[in-house]
Order: sequence, then structure tokens, then C-alpha cells
Amino acid sequence: MVTNQLLHLALLLLAPPLFLGVIQRVKALVAGRRGPPLLQPYRDLARLLRKGAVYSRTTTWLFRAGPIVSLSAALCAGLLAPLHAGLAPLGFPGDVIAFASLLALARFATLLAALDTGSSFEGMGASREASFAALAEPALFLGLAIVCIPAGAPSFGAAWAVLPWETWGAAHPAMLAAAGALFLYLLAENARIPVDDPATHLELTMIHEVAVLDHGSVDLAYVLYGSAVKLFIVGALLVHLILPVPADGGWAGVAVLLAGQLLLAILVGGVESSMARLRLPRVPQFLIGASVLAVMGLVALFYRGQP
Amino acid sequence: MLKWFGWAAALLLGGSVAALLARRSARAALALGSGTAVAACALGLAASVAALLRGTPESVTIPWSLPIGEIHLAVDPLASFFLLCIFVVSGLAALYGWGYLKTYAKRRSIASAVALFNLLVAAMALLVVARDGVLFLIAWEIMSLASFFLVTFEDDQEVARRAGMTYLIASHLGAACLFVLFVIFSAGTGSFDFDRFAAAGAPAGMAGVCFLLATLGFGTKAGFWPVHVWLPDAHPAAPSHVSALMSGVMIKMGIYGLLRALTFLGAPDAWWGTVLVLLGAVTGVGGVLHALAQHQLKRLLAYHSVENIGIIAIGVGLGILGQSCGAPAVSFLGYSGALLHVLNHGLFKGLLFQGAGAVILATGARDLDSLGGLYRRMPVTGTTFLVGSAAICGLPPLNGFVSELLIYLAAFLAASTLATPWAISAMIAVPALALIGGLAAACFAKAYGVMFLGQARTGATSRAHEVGVAMIGPMLLGALACLGIGIWSRGAVRLVAPAVTSISGAIPPAEALGALSGITSVAIAFAVILAAVAVIRLLLLRGREIRTESTWGCGYAAPTPRMQYTGASFAQPLLAPFGGVLDVQVRRSGPVGYFPREASFDEHTGDPAGERLLLPATRHLLGVLSHIKVIQQGRVQLYLAYILVTLIALLLWQLGAGPGR
Repeated sequence: MVTNQLLHLALLLLAPPLFLGVIQRVKALVAGRRGPPLLQPYRDLARLLRKGAVYSRTTTWLFRAGPIVSLSAALCAGLLAPLHAGLAPLGFPGDVIAFASLLALARFATLLAALDTGSSFEGMGASREASFAALAEPALFLGLAIVCIPAGAPSFGAAWAVLPWETWGAAHPAMLAAAGALFLYLLAENARIPVDDPATHLELTMIHEVAVLDHGSVDLAYVLYGSAVKLFIVGALLVHLILPVPADGGWAGVAVLLAGQLLLAILVGGVESSMARLRLPRVPQFLIGASVLAVMGLVALFYRGQP
Repeated sequence: MLKWFGWAAALLLGGSVAALLARRSARAALALGSGTAVAACALGLAASVAALLRGTPESVTIPWSLPIGEIHLAVDPLASFFLLCIFVVSGLAALYGWGYLKTYAKRRSIASAVALFNLLVAAMALLVVARDGVLFLIAWEIMSLASFFLVTFEDDQEVARRAGMTYLIASHLGAACLFVLFVIFSAGTGSFDFDRFAAAGAPAGMAGVCFLLATLGFGTKAGFWPVHVWLPDAHPAAPSHVSALMSGVMIKMGIYGLLRALTFLGAPDAWWGTVLVLLGAVTGVGGVLHALAQHQLKRLLAYHSVENIGIIAIGVGLGILGQSCGAPAVSFLGYSGALLHVLNHGLFKGLLFQGAGAVILATGARDLDSLGGLYRRMPVTGTTFLVGSAAICGLPPLNGFVSELLIYLAAFLAASTLATPWAISAMIAVPALALIGGLAAACFAKAYGVMFLGQARTGATSRAHEVGVAMIGPMLLGALACLGIGIWSRGAVRLVAPAVTSISGAIPPAEALGALSGITSVAIAFAVILAAVAVIRLLLLRGREIRTESTWGCGYAAPTPRMQYTGASFAQPLLAPFGGVLDVQVRRSGPVGYFPREASFDEHTGDPAGERLLLPATRHLLGVLSHIKVIQQGRVQLYLAYILVTLIALLLWQLGAGPGR
């Protein structure tokens, strides 16, 4: 039990940046380049953590608190989401909602920090991020509802107590829709293509990147690390949905989780390599599409009768 | 306990009279009126907490010489909980008003505002303890009229007069439904007493009609869609401490009335719950979308009240679904979430309206896009407003999160345990709440960012200064209460539980208790992680060079505050997909030529519920009624003839009724 919790903490704190490296490597390989080393994100973080800071004259302590709050909220959400076992250290009945709300808190802090600079670019980024997040929220809740309704409570512990093949056997169209909706949510929430392009260099087309334009040094390291954590914990939900993560965790659980995350990172890299980003007015349609997919899953679930 | 509430009411009314007597001196009127209000609220608060913890109902009947009704007062846990909400929010608002009204004293007499405020609080308290239909309606009318005069306090302004008239008409249309509701019941029981209503139940086949009447009548006060149209006009027109009171508790009297009606309508049908969940979802999403489109701070906050009433309605609807389908856990979670949200919304909306008042006082500006950078000038208002904003968005570890979590739990549990049609209707609550949460966060990021962050957009804003202690104190207390309930949620639910039990008989299920201790541990974990992350940043940056520069402008060297993103531009990407339901009108003249002289952009968002639904309906009704105008000729002879005809008709009817009469 204690080992599991320590493993959970270690995974949460150490593993996330690795998968950013995997995504970058996949994109480079598809494009015919060799790409940066897999551990490059760790080096980037270490370099940023060693720097001195520059702040805008316009900003208040809210700007400095933004990355702190948003990283803390992401880490706290990471204590609620099961990683390598069926139960997270802080799991409780209702943890699904707390998880989503902590991610919302992380975003709220980022938005306010962006607006604190008084820059129109960051205002623009904050506005887009707020808009797309608001439209993505129903997709997350509907997708999780498909998983949680058979379990009887909005809690990861109850939902993951059933192994995926058992749930899939009972309600596979619904589960497929849930996995689809959650994957689309993962792309949107983590500012990946086709919603946002993390590699873009033009401020006017950015979403998440431009909202954190003024952050540097330790703050930027927190922001980057926080997004890696978010990608990792939302990804962990998908891994649990698809792969048989053992409920009692242990090293077997770690292996399954890391393998699943690796597959997911390759998938995200594949998506990023194979398609362009959507035009901004199209993004709401993409997000509403994710919700519609989840609604179809729910219809399938209720059509079969509740388990 | 009733005795103590009686004393509190007496104190309020005494203060009211004293303020009127001392109207020559604004200072004395304020001290007498607001001072007694604060004391009465403290007394009432203590009494309501004691009543909730003791939990035994208490009742008293005073014979009344009027032909109908009697003075039947009673305190049960439901009433005690609403009394608690009334006294907490009113106490803070009265304290704030003490400082706030002083600023009006140079321009007009404020004694009437002080007196009416006290009268409004007393009327709400009477409303909650009244157990007789006639007494209830009397209190309801006093409440409506007192608040009408407060809305039109600045009666030299046309906006306030118009808002007041709309409010007055809406109140009375709602009250008309309540008259019908009570008459239907009294026809069956021969009395207006709520206890006898409950014993007799609704007349056969009429329960559904009575429920719809109660929803429409009480919903008009609460602000259900589409009869919320009075609310965004009336709340901004009133002085800010009155807006806090109206938004914080007065509209909740509609929710109280609905819950009280549920106690005597008999066993509810499941479709009632579905109706309320759907109505709540439409009200909530509609309210927050309209809020997003607003450019005036107080109007924005008023639309957020509509949104939160929607959340409460969803909770009540889920409670009814659980109650009617025999699922006590769903019922408890739904009702307790709704009731706790009543208290929570009172706290954070009171706080936000007080913050809005402070901003208006400091800058003289009501328009969001003329503000900016206020955090540096008003740090305490800025911090408390931030707490209120995060709380209203349902973010942890604040109180809004606790009540929304309970409602989510109810929806999930209902979706997995109830029979399919009801499970689907409960499921609607989940995406609705998610969308409301996301949109509210966007809206408050906009409002807070545009007001408090960045740079001042006008000169008046850059000279703003923090408001006085009398106004800061209540805001600090409100912010602390939001945080306290967010962390110690179990204690808050202990206050709510007896009230829920008195509506549906459900007791706290294991899910609720588990979730509440989970919330507390998440809050503690979050605080620990936050501290650790902050300390690491501090240690890393220690001794390093920290410079201040101007904001990165992508190479542009001379940015001005006017180039900042405005509220309108912030909200645009979200409003665009909802253009069909929002009625956004844009007037724009773009720059022309190589050296454009001027360009302008103006945006106004109407309320389709009023403009496309209620106004055309009213016009149609007036058109039909105009046919009756034929009998209105303005000639005295004709009216005398009407009287004669009526008398003869009555005489004939009496003769026809036979000698028995």
C-alpha cells in the first residue's frame, strides 16, 4: 500500500516530461529528422530553473502566483487520478469532479496571470484558451460519465475497479465513444494539434503559448512542467480505459501505465504529424463534436439498459 | 427560538422607524438604522444556528381578527436554514451599507433607503416563518414593495424608474400565480393554514397544476428563464448593498417558496423533477451566456444570479427525482447541494456586489472597459473579489465547489440508479453544469482581468483609491466564509442536513460523507503542495538577478493602455458560436483609406427571452384586450348604467339561487 503510494508520487513527479520528449521524437521521425533526445524536456526544465527572472512592470503578485497555483492544482489533480493502480492516494467518492475542478483552477490561474500583463497578445491567448476550455468541459464530463455510470458513482476508484475488458464486453460502443471523446479532450486541454500548435512561432495564431508569453525562468519551468503533468494525468485516464492496469498496482502496474502512455504519446505525435491545425472558428465545432460523440456513447449505454 | 426571531424583527422595525425619525441627520439615520440591522442580524444568526442544531420545530398561533387567515408562525429546520442565509447576508450587507450610503448623503436623503432595507430584511424573516397563506402573501408583498422602492431609490434616473416598473409588474404576475395556488388549496381545506394544506394534500388531479403554478409564481421571483427578465434591470439599478441583499437572499425566497410548497403538495411526481432540471439547465446556461455578453459589471453579476438560480433549480429537480423514485441518497444529495448553494451564492454574490459597489465608488465607472489595473489601487477589494470570483466559478477549495460537487454526485448517482427515462433527465444536469462552470470561469476571468489587472484605461481609474473600513470589513468576512465552507464542508452540510430531512425525510448517505471528507483532504493537500511549490520558487530565485521591464509587445515599443484586450474582445470567441440564441447587435464603422480619421465599434446584447418571447406575447395580449376597451367610453352616464345592470344581474342571480340564501 505504502509502496504503491510512493510509486504514484514518483511517477507523478518524474515521468511526465518524458512523454513530451516522445511526442517530439515521433514528430521528428515522421518528418525525416533525427529530433532532440528523449530527455530534452528535462534538460529544458533544468536550464530554466537555473535562470534569473524578468517581470513586467504592469504585473502584480497574481502574475507570479499564476504558475505556482496552476502547477500545484495539476499536481493535486494528479493525486486524485489513478496512475499505475486502481486507486489514487487521495481518491474519494466524487474525485472525478474534484479532478476536473482542479484542472479548471489551474486554467483560471493561467488566465489571470496572462491578463495581468496588460498585453493584448496575452489577452487574446487567454480569451481563446478560456473559450475553448469552456466548450471542452462538457466533453470531459460526458466522457467520464460513460465510464462512471456503470460504476454507480463519479469516482475513479469505482470506475477502475472493473477491468476494461469486462466493461468493454458489456458496453463496447459506449466505451469506444468515451475513449474517443476523452482523446479529443486530451488534445484540446493540452493545446495539441488540431486545436493548438505547440510549435508555432507566430503570436497571432497561438493559443496556449501566447497566454504564457511573459513568463520566464522558474515560472516558465513551472508552466511547462505543469502542462506535462496535465498531459500525463489525462493520458492516464485513457490508459486505464483501454489497457488492463492491475487494480493493486505494483511494478506490473507501472509497466502497463508507461507502455500505455508511450502508445498514447506515439498516437498524439502521429496526429500532429498527419494533420494541420484547424482554423480558429472551426475549433468550437471540433469541441462540440467531442461532446456529441460522448452523447452518442451515452445513448448507446442507456439503450442497452443500465448495468 | 421564535421569541428571539421576534426580537430581531422588532429591532429591525424599530431601527427602521428610528431612521425615519432621524432623517434630518444622515449620520444619525445610518447609525440607528444600520446599527440596529447589524445587531438584529447577529441575534437572528445566533438564534437560527441554535434552532438548526437543536432541530425541534416550534410553532405559535396568534388569533387574528381579520376574516381570513390567522397569524401562524413556525420554525422548522427548513425555515431555520433560510433564516440563517437571510441574517448572514443581510448582516454583511447592512454593515457595508453603513459605509456605502454615506456617499449618497450629500445628494439625497438616505433615511428612506435605510428604513426600507430594514423593512425588507424583516419581511423576508416573516415570510420564512409564516405558516398561513394570507400572512405569507402579506410578507411577500411587503418584501416586493420594499425592494421596489429600493430599486427606484435613485428615482431621478430614468433607468432606475424603468427597472422598477418592470420589477413591479413581474412581481405581481408572480404573486397572481401564488394567489391562485393558495385559493386552490383553501377551496379544499377551508383554511389558508399550511399545516392543513399538507394534511389534505393537493386536490385530486390538481397536484401537477399546483406544482406548475408554484414554479411559475416562485420562479418569477427567483429568476427562472424566461421570467428572469426583470432581474438584470433591477439589480444594477439598486444601491450596491441592496443589490447584494436582493441577489444574495431575496431571489432565494422564490426557492424557499418552492421548497415550502413541496412540503404541502404531497408526494411529488418524477416529471416535476425533470421539469426543474431542464428549466435549471436552460436558466443556468442562458444566464451565464448573457453574463458573458455584458459590459456593465453589475449587470454581469445580475445575470450570474440567474445562472446560479439555474444551478439551484437543477439541485432541487434532482432532489425531487430522487424523492419520487425512492432513492433517498439522490434526494439528499440534490436537495443538500441546492440548499448549500443558496447559502454559498448568498455569500459570494453578496461579496461580489459589494466589490462592485467599491469599484463604482472609487472610479465612478460602471462600464468594465473603462477600468483596468485596479488591483494596485485597491488591493483588499481586489483580493476579496478574486476569492468571490473563484468561488462562483465552483473552483476548489472554495464554497461554490462544495455545493456543485453535491449536485454532480446527485446527478451521477441518479443516472446510474434510477429507471431509464428519469436517469436520462438527471444526466442532462451533468453537461449543463460542466458548460456553466466553464463559461463562468471564462466570464470571471474576463471581468476580473479587465477590471483589476493590466493597466488603467482611463484617468478616473488611475486615481482610484481603496474604500473605507466599513466596506472592507464585510468583504473580508464574506471571503473568509467562502474559504471556510470550502475547507470545512462537513460542518456546512451538518447545518443543511436537518433542512433536507424536513423536506424529503432523507438522511445523509455514505456517499455524501465520503465526498465531504475527501474535499477537506484535497483542500489540505492542495495547500501543502502550493506551499511547497512556492517555497521552491523562492529558494531557487534567491540571490539571482530579478529585473523589471515593460510587458513583451512582440517588438512594439510604445504600447498604450488602450491597446489592451477589452472585455468585449475577450468574450467574442465564446459568443460567436452562440450568436443564434443571444441577439448580439454590432454597430461598427471600420477605418477607411490610408490615413483613417476615425473608426468605432459598439456592441449591445439584448435578451431574447424578453424581446422575442415576452414582449411579442404581451403585445398580442394587449391587442386582444383592446376589444374590451369598447366599454371604456369615459362617459359618466355609461358607467352608471354599468352599475345598474350589474345590480340587476346580481339581484336576479340572488333570486335564482332560491330562498335558501
